Amino acid sequence: MSNKKSSAGNRGDKIRSDCYVELELKTSGGIKINLKSKVKSMYGESIRLLIKDIFKTFKIRNASVFVEDYGALPFTIAARVESAIKNIFPETEKEFLLPFNNKSLYKTTKDRLRRSRLYLPGNEPKYFINAGLHKPDGVILDLEDSVAPASKHDAKFLVRNALRSVDFSSCERMVRINQLPSGLEDLKFIVPHNIHIIIIPKVEYAEQIKQVGELVLKIKKEKNIKNDIFFMPIIESALGVINAYKIASASINNCSLAIGLEDYTADIGTQRTEEGRESLFARNMVVNAARAAGIQPIDTVYSDVTNMEGLRESVIEAKSLGFEGKGCIHPRQIEVVHKAFAPTEQEIDKAKKIVAAFKEAGDKGLGVVSIGSKMIDLPVVKRAQNTLKLAKLSGHAELVSASNI
Amino acid sequence: MNLIKNAAGRLVPTLVNGKKQIPFRGVNKYKPLGSKTVPTIRSCIDYPWDGNKVQKNLREALKKAGLKNGMTISTHHHLRNGDALTNLLFDTIKKMGVKNIMWYPSASFPVHSHLIKYLEDGTIHHIEGSMNGPLGKFASLGKMKGTGVLRSHGGRYQAVQDGEIHIDIAIIAAPQADPFGNANGLDGPAACGLLGFALADSLYAERVIVVTDSLVQFPCVPWQIQGNNVDYVVEIDSLGDSSKIVSGTTQVTKSPDRLLIAEYVADFIEAAGIMKDGFSLQAGAGGTNLAFAVFLKEKMKAKGVKARFMRGGSTKYLVEMLEEGLTDFILDGQTFDLEGVRSMRENPNHVNTSPFTSYNFHGKGNFASMVDVAVLGATEVDVNFNGNVVTHSDGYLLHGIGGWQNCLYSKCTILAIPSFRDRIPVIVDEVTTLVGPGELIDVIITERGIAINPKRKDLMKAVKKSGLPIRKIEEIKNEVDDICGGQPAKPKINKNKVIAIVKWVDGTVIDSVFQVINVESTSKVGST
Repeated sequence: MSNKKSSAGNRGDKIRSDCYVELELKTSGGIKINLKSKVKSMYGESIRLLIKDIFKTFKIRNASVFVEDYGALPFTIAARVESAIKNIFPETEKEFLLPFNNKSLYKTTKDRLRRSRLYLPGNEPKYFINAGLHKPDGVILDLEDSVAPASKHDAKFLVRNALRSVDFSSCERMVRINQLPSGLEDLKFIVPHNIHIIIIPKVEYAEQIKQVGELVLKIKKEKNIKNDIFFMPIIESALGVINAYKIASASINNCSLAIGLEDYTADIGTQRTEEGRESLFARNMVVNAARAAGIQPIDTVYSDVTNMEGLRESVIEAKSLGFEGKGCIHPRQIEVVHKAFAPTEQEIDKAKKIVAAFKEAGDKGLGVVSIGSKMIDLPVVKRAQNTLKLAKLSGHAELVSASNI
Repeated sequence: MNLIKNAAGRLVPTLVNGKKQIPFRGVNKYKPLGSKTVPTIRSCIDYPWDGNKVQKNLREALKKAGLKNGMTISTHHHLRNGDALTNLLFDTIKKMGVKNIMWYPSASFPVHSHLIKYLEDGTIHHIEGSMNGPLGKFASLGKMKGTGVLRSHGGRYQAVQDGEIHIDIAIIAAPQADPFGNANGLDGPAACGLLGFALADSLYAERVIVVTDSLVQFPCVPWQIQGNNVDYVVEIDSLGDSSKIVSGTTQVTKSPDRLLIAEYVADFIEAAGIMKDGFSLQAGAGGTNLAFAVFLKEKMKAKGVKARFMRGGSTKYLVEMLEEGLTDFILDGQTFDLEGVRSMRENPNHVNTSPFTSYNFHGKGNFASMVDVAVLGATEVDVNFNGNVVTHSDGYLLHGIGGWQNCLYSKCTILAIPSFRDRIPVIVDEVTTLVGPGELIDVIITERGIAINPKRKDLMKAVKKSGLPIRKIEEIKNEVDDICGGQPAKPKINKNKVIAIVKWVDGTVIDSVFQVINVESTSKVGST
């Protein structure tokens, strides 16, 4: 044991739903807990019991712990205490896992809707708790760019515990790992805890996806994990764009291919503009590569959270380029994104005609689907069916059900 | 202290500060008989014929008003957290060596924590009025000599009118006044809009002192406070910090969770069919309350609906609706920002109101019960829809009642609240302190869903097909308990020591606030 003192978590006037833990190992005296908490009279006893339980798991018998609590939920307190312990014992394989919330056990499917994904900074528990209530298609617990280097260690425990404890209200559960190779270290914190999508940032080679895939498989085997885990690589560099198709087709578990424009524009030596001419090539490449590989192309985030009209226009543009999803950095963006991705009345009308023609052809036993003199290919039918599905999900059920399909 | 169970099952004292109390008997079950109180006869021959009532200073005015030990002194709270006058007043009383004052404010703010030393040294005996923040904490720890009495804005008027409270000297901070005592809040460095909370004081107090930092030549119009009720006028340098009296601009909350609640509120009002031509609403100034008005405004515009009147704490958001023709009137109880003050000054349809017009139990009716929908907050609600606004779940007294109890009489009362704050559940089994009976609370809107009081079958039916997340209140409560890691422990309180009582709008005692035993305060100090 090289270091007998450590700390974890956050403190300060603006901190909410979080706590700060200071730990010092002792040679005698048992476990001494000094708790300062805004919920001391309500949850003081249960916080003490939780901390004692954690020490028991790690077989620590003598220590003094100082906790400054700002109304942290149990999963956060446990993550902070464990992070402080593992700062001192980095080699230990033991983990303190709270029971799985049975509302967190749902599964995902490879082709589900991914119109919106809400980024949640991985070391800020206050944003986790209600994230699902804003109804994004997916939530991303981010271990990468939104976490300061000094907090990377803390964030892994917090994200792991959140995956087990927080009810994300049926949203798809995603984690953005760190850039490889250090991102590989993140996998053991997430793979065993019902993660749906691993977002892999700054991918440049197909090899990187294979690396992640192999390690995921290994962990799944070790921990006997059965659920499907899909990958969403993000292309964020010139090289990544050039290799986009190879990356998109690198794994059967890839479900989407995303583009990240902040880093990409820097990489090609320019700046992001509102109209985005500088990234048109890259976005076209990503859409094309994703479609060629049979997966969803997903657009970058829109970073001005106050400009809802700008966001709406950017989604409409993304949709016109072929993208199916957009990143969100604020919950208020979600509804705007969903509305902008929703099919227009015209699109719905056209789709209804195609699907009706398809049905008619089937009923009559015709091999060829056509509207008037125009032949309709099967992929077009499939797209029309998707349009109607999306229309229903976007709240246009009345337009869809009005037809006899 | 002898405690008995009232009709709500709460333990309340029968004698408080030497005065006999009537336990709560149920909503609309009690009305006192007899005559209203009458002020002492005054005659104009005792006042200067030239109308100049200006005194040298506050001390002189207090002396002439006959200040002595044990008197009841009242103030109003239109200067909010910027109020410097009340602190100056008690500094002066202290210097005059007078003790055991009962302070009767219409509300107190954190700025008044200056007065704690006067509660300690016996200058102030006790407070009957809201005790916000530090004062509430002081009282909660059992340090106040007398017992606090918490009343609603309407209850404060009622207590003066039916003689329960006799104000010896009323101190009225007036942003603008003339030497005769006519006063208003419309202009001057401390402009606060209106002075409605001082109305009862000006009519019923034994002596009335108007204090201003902007003395204008007679006549000061409009006379929100009439000089004919005023004994003395005092000019001082400054009534307070104008930036804390009204804010430059009030901002809608940026919290996504609170915005979600506000959006549900607006959706509910529309879905329930309340939002229709000629409707009325009451909006507060809390972040969520402002935000719901903004969402509702969009809906009104989209559907071409116009309100007849909006009540509130007025802000630029209500003013915009008035100016864009979305409401005919603002009936304003207190003004929260500069736009509100400007509008009240310039627009005859932005009308000043008082607890008399809006809330008074002894009025021949009042506005609050005519409002179609009121959107309010709470520190706690329980599964029986009972509400608490004065204490937190740790037992500490931290807020006043304001107009909250009075507004419960609206046709549809909505509490817009988060289901928990940090780790503190807001929906509980039983409120720590009962302030509003559940039978008057119709809807609870949280970020996790909307609970409708089972009594309101009409509302349930109206929103059934709206797609809104209507849930049972117990279901939301259980979900919150799960998130917070089980039900919180009950606060440790001294059941033998009542530190304050809570009055119902009719003057009966609805609940007691007990002394908190030696645990750190867990709650952030808030303000109203």
